[in-house]
Amino acid sequence: MNDTIITVSDLVTRFGDNVIHEGVNLTVRRGEIYGLLGGSGSGKSTLLKQIIMLLRPASGKITLLGHDLMTISRKDAASLRHHWGVLFQGGALYSSLTVAQNVGIKLREYTDLPEDMIEDLIQMKISMVGLPPTAAALYPAELSGGMTKRAALARALAMDPQLLFLDEPTSGLDPIGAEAFDKLLIELRDILSLTVVMVTHDLDTIWTIVDRFAVLGDKKVIAEGTLHEVLQTPHPIVGQFFGGPRGQIRSRDGK
Amino acid sequence: MQSTRLQKATIESLQSKDEAETLRLRCSGDWTIDTLHDAPDALNKIANTSRNISIVWDVSDTGRVDSAGMLLFIRTSALLKKNNCSLQVVGTTSEQEKLYALLQKYSPEHSELKPAFFSRLVTPFDRIGRNFIAFLANLRDFLAFTGENFVNLLHAIVQPRSIRYNAIVKNIEEAGVRALPIVTLTSFLIGVVIAYQGAVQLEKFGANIFIVDMIALSVTRELSPLITAIVVAGRTGSSYTAQLGVMKITEEIDAMRTMGFDPHRFLVLPRIIALIIALPLMIFFADIIGIGAGMFISHVHLNLSYPEFIHRLQNVLTVKHVWVGIGKGPFFAWLIATVGCFHGFQVSKNTESIGRYTTISVVNAIFLVIACDALFSVFFTELGI
Repeated sequence: MNDTIITVSDLVTRFGDNVIHEGVNLTVRRGEIYGLLGGSGSGKSTLLKQIIMLLRPASGKITLLGHDLMTISRKDAASLRHHWGVLFQGGALYSSLTVAQNVGIKLREYTDLPEDMIEDLIQMKISMVGLPPTAAALYPAELSGGMTKRAALARALAMDPQLLFLDEPTSGLDPIGAEAFDKLLIELRDILSLTVVMVTHDLDTIWTIVDRFAVLGDKKVIAEGTLHEVLQTPHPIVGQFFGGPRGQIRSRDGK
Repeated sequence: MQSTRLQKATIESLQSKDEAETLRLRCSGDWTIDTLHDAPDALNKIANTSRNISIVWDVSDTGRVDSAGMLLFIRTSALLKKNNCSLQVVGTTSEQEKLYALLQKYSPEHSELKPAFFSRLVTPFDRIGRNFIAFLANLRDFLAFTGENFVNLLHAIVQPRSIRYNAIVKNIEEAGVRALPIVTLTSFLIGVVIAYQGAVQLEKFGANIFIVDMIALSVTRELSPLITAIVVAGRTGSSYTAQLGVMKITEEIDAMRTMGFDPHRFLVLPRIIALIIALPLMIFFADIIGIGAGMFISHVHLNLSYPEFIHRLQNVLTVKHVWVGIGKGPFFAWLIATVGCFHGFQVSKNTESIGRYTTISVVNAIFLVIACDALFSVFFTELGI
């Protein structure tokens, strides 16, 4: 079994004259929680969107589970889309469906499981992410910000994906919720051999659950590796990230 | 997605010969969401037909197990327990046990809460009642909205400097000037239709010249106000609802309130005033186009020359009729703009409700315009105007 799940090489992204990435390289290994870090506007979310085939890079190569995304066939792309889970920053729950319908939409569309099992699976995922069972019947408009995030995670987890993409999963969660979220993610990763790629600003998340991460800056990946390896990088942006007051509190307390 | 191909989940049941009371189950393949296929049915059947026996379930040959597969196991074992069977599982891996523990923790409890027979009978009445209450609440909200709006109007009249003239002019351009092409087209076609319909009938009597009376009166008094108002309701009423609805969703309206900008003064009043100014002008414009179209068709179809038509027009079309038509304009405009803005404020936090309220707004506005027009007809007839 190949150990590398995602490879991005020499990726270039342009919006008009505005160059976002200029030769981005990174690798994600199986079973790890991989973080994409960077300041606002450094192109983290854009990179994530390219990996999940929402945007097409100007040039470069993205390989996902052995498929080259620039030349992938419709069938392979569809199969990838069936089986990964994506959590959007704003939740992106379908507003015309209830939470339960949102969570179950892929199960109903892509599997032949009996209806009562689908319902149990939905209930299970909903309680797994820490939502009360009564949330199932609510519409997205009736949820608070944190609940929306959890519901969206339940939807991303519905198909028991091998690969999970999270766009700022803990932003907008209270510290307790964020901690529970981190714990759940580690638990799932250990049991389901999940690979997680997440865009995050949250220093706590990076300290506690992320195995390896890449720091984006200057249109490139300026550091990649474990926390320890990244901290060794002399690049000024890394210093700004972890040397600021927020970062220092963390490094004093240790892991 | 998976780099290795997954095997279909299979289940075998072996009745052991020596002990009649023991059933051996052996499963193999991958027990995942995509590979379960008919395994749930098969297990269900086994679990339902087993009573008071002991079961040995060998899971040592299973490949990947995900939460769907584990859930199936949990459900089956619960069913077996209910049927008084003892279950012994052999060959589990530590990962499977961890998954089992995780899912068991979050497994849903089944509490069947079906509505009783009686309550299902009552449901339609319950719904009628709820809808009626919702209607009353809606009516109350609308009255409150118009009231608030009126207070703001009075305030604006007392303090003319607080009126947003720029917004009014912008709205007149948007709702009036930009709508002229479509108003031209519709009123031209209405003129053509009336002239054609009338021409056929009047030609039978040789009363060609009366086509002028017919076109002039019907267009100015009824058709052009009504058609223009309907076009405006569809075009401007809906856009008012959508604009305000989007501002509500993006919390712009809340932001305005916190800055002390009253949304009624900044958003609603300029729109209503703009439409009250624009619609009568558009009706007058539609009158001209409609009569012009009628004149053209009379010329082509009835050989009525333009000077003849205009001469007759001067005799029959007293200015009263034109004023009757234009006078309806402000009332229609007020209805359309108020209904449009009101529904815009009703939009709740989800995107779907914009579409719903826009539709409601157009339907309500058109209905109210027609109802109002009927009222005017009765009113003018009774007054003999």
